[in-house]
Amino acid sequence: MNEHIHTTPEDEHDSAYSGLLVNDAHWAFGTDFEDPLAGVDTSIPDGVDAPVLAAYALMLGDDALVMSHRISEWTSNAPDLEDDIALSNIALDLLGQARLLLARAAKADASVVPALPEGSPAPPEDALAFFRDAHDFRNVRLAELVNGDFAEAVVRVLLFSVWRLATFERLRSSRDHVLAAVAAKGVKELAYHRDYSARWFVTLAQGTDESRRRLVAALDALWPLWPELFDTHAVEAAAAGAGVGVDPASVREAAEGVLDQVLAAADVPRPEAPRRAGVLGRTGRDGMHGEPLSLMLAEMQSVARAHPMGQW
Amino acid sequence: MTLTQTPPAPDLEAGFEATIARNERIEPRDWMPEGYRKTLVRQIAQHAHSEIIGMQPEGSWITRAPSLRRKAILLAKVQDEAGHGLYLYSAAETLGVSRLELTELLIAGKQKYSSIFNYPTLSYADVGTIGWLVDGAAICNQVPLCRTSYGPYGRAMIRVCKEESFHQRQGYELLATMMRGTDEQRAMVQESVDRFWWPALMMFGPPDDASPNTAQSMAWGIKRHTNDELRQKFVDMSVPQAEALGVTLPDPDLKWNDERGHHDFGQPDWEEFMQGVKGNGPCNAQRMAHRRRAHEEGAWVREAATAYAAKQRSVTA
Repeated sequence: MNEHIHTTPEDEHDSAYSGLLVNDAHWAFGTDFEDPLAGVDTSIPDGVDAPVLAAYALMLGDDALVMSHRISEWTSNAPDLEDDIALSNIALDLLGQARLLLARAAKADASVVPALPEGSPAPPEDALAFFRDAHDFRNVRLAELVNGDFAEAVVRVLLFSVWRLATFERLRSSRDHVLAAVAAKGVKELAYHRDYSARWFVTLAQGTDESRRRLVAALDALWPLWPELFDTHAVEAAAAGAGVGVDPASVREAAEGVLDQVLAAADVPRPEAPRRAGVLGRTGRDGMHGEPLSLMLAEMQSVARAHPMGQW
Repeated sequence: MTLTQTPPAPDLEAGFEATIARNERIEPRDWMPEGYRKTLVRQIAQHAHSEIIGMQPEGSWITRAPSLRRKAILLAKVQDEAGHGLYLYSAAETLGVSRLELTELLIAGKQKYSSIFNYPTLSYADVGTIGWLVDGAAICNQVPLCRTSYGPYGRAMIRVCKEESFHQRQGYELLATMMRGTDEQRAMVQESVDRFWWPALMMFGPPDDASPNTAQSMAWGIKRHTNDELRQKFVDMSVPQAEALGVTLPDPDLKWNDERGHHDFGQPDWEEFMQGVKGNGPCNAQRMAHRRRAHEEGAWVREAATAYAAKQRSVTA
């Protein structure tokens, strides 16, 4: 293309640009993998109501997306480099789950995807992430809280991953191939998230007076949102009934058992705070959120919404 | 441990010089002149700090990435920078300085990081431009360092460079994708390139006649090319890239010189560069405040980890 590129075999290794113009198969992130579910069986299992499957996938996807976003805010802010890297890993794992689950929701029922201007190149999972308003998000409220200190991050990741891991262990046998596959992959990821946060939970509980004080304060602050994780929404009941989803109430015992082990190892008593009320009985799964979510989305969606016809 | 007869200093120095002359590596337990050690600590620390401070300008766009795919790519990229910081602080530790000591020197303003990170990121196109031009310039600077004379540094750089090449590609790919998008996106890319071209040229350091440390560093094999040589190489490589992308590089003096076999180009504003080096760049105060806050807010966590480890040791002892 241009005769002014002066590379000899000897300094080819030095060239920052060799091959940059070549769109070869060596790209780890090429431009040709728009559909995250490419090659996966996305047919809807017999007897399953497509809107139920889509609504259920959105719930799991929104939990992952919102939690990932909050954890990603730790990047460049963690107490040490190792934890910066670990928290980024957790955020990346959840982001990957979110992408697949939102794509699954869109594939099951296209009517959940917000309408974009004619010709917009945004794939459906991005339309769902960046063009829905807060009241259409179905995540639990634990995921959306504004970040606190590192103890708060540890406790939040622990509660979230213990609960989600118990859910995904059962979701592996979903009749929906996509949900089963997402769960099979997610179980390994979530086991790491749980182990990472449980190790820090014990370390902070047994470290210094200051770390124990902060840890207990974080647990007390988040505890009122723990029971909400096990509420059964009508969509979850229907998805569980159809053999594609997991009834949250059914994983409560398993999750509580794991959490009790961590509390015992850390010598931290179970808090006794009452559960946090909703609004007219509605909570995260109903699209009723706290104030932080709309602020979070205003930031998250700002660039995408400014360029609905944009290519990214 | 075995005790060996310590040879007199002149032999040690001759041995060191001979190793350098043979283009072989100096390893942590080898004797080295104090000036060599100090120069390396300064350079590796500055490099490590640059990776860590460099997480900020791009990191601030993670929460605004416009697609789930871009968000994953950017998050992974910034995570890599933290990893590079880790390798480099580890290389510095082999010279007898700890990560904590170096971090505290940075926060006290006694050590530097690359001035490029004192420029603000103002649009999502900057994520692409930083990958293309800033990481591209960094690679030009860093690839020769894979052959640097100090073993641990050279080996860390091999891994860093491989990942940086990937970062550069993702940046270029983002810009190429945006250029296929809307008029607004193309304008955003051009505006970003206009802002980052000159700062990218500054990344190679002052012109050779104003670079006091270059001669000694080259004699010691720490540095392999002069600032101006690397800058020329970068310009020559970037021009066809810009053409392929469809952007204009903001330099009226930029043109091919058949006689030299290189592009002629203008000089960046070295006065602005010096302001950044002195701490007066557009984002110096912000970057340092961010790093200081993160470090200070993490102190109680690091103390807890140390206390917990000590308790575990006393239980098992």
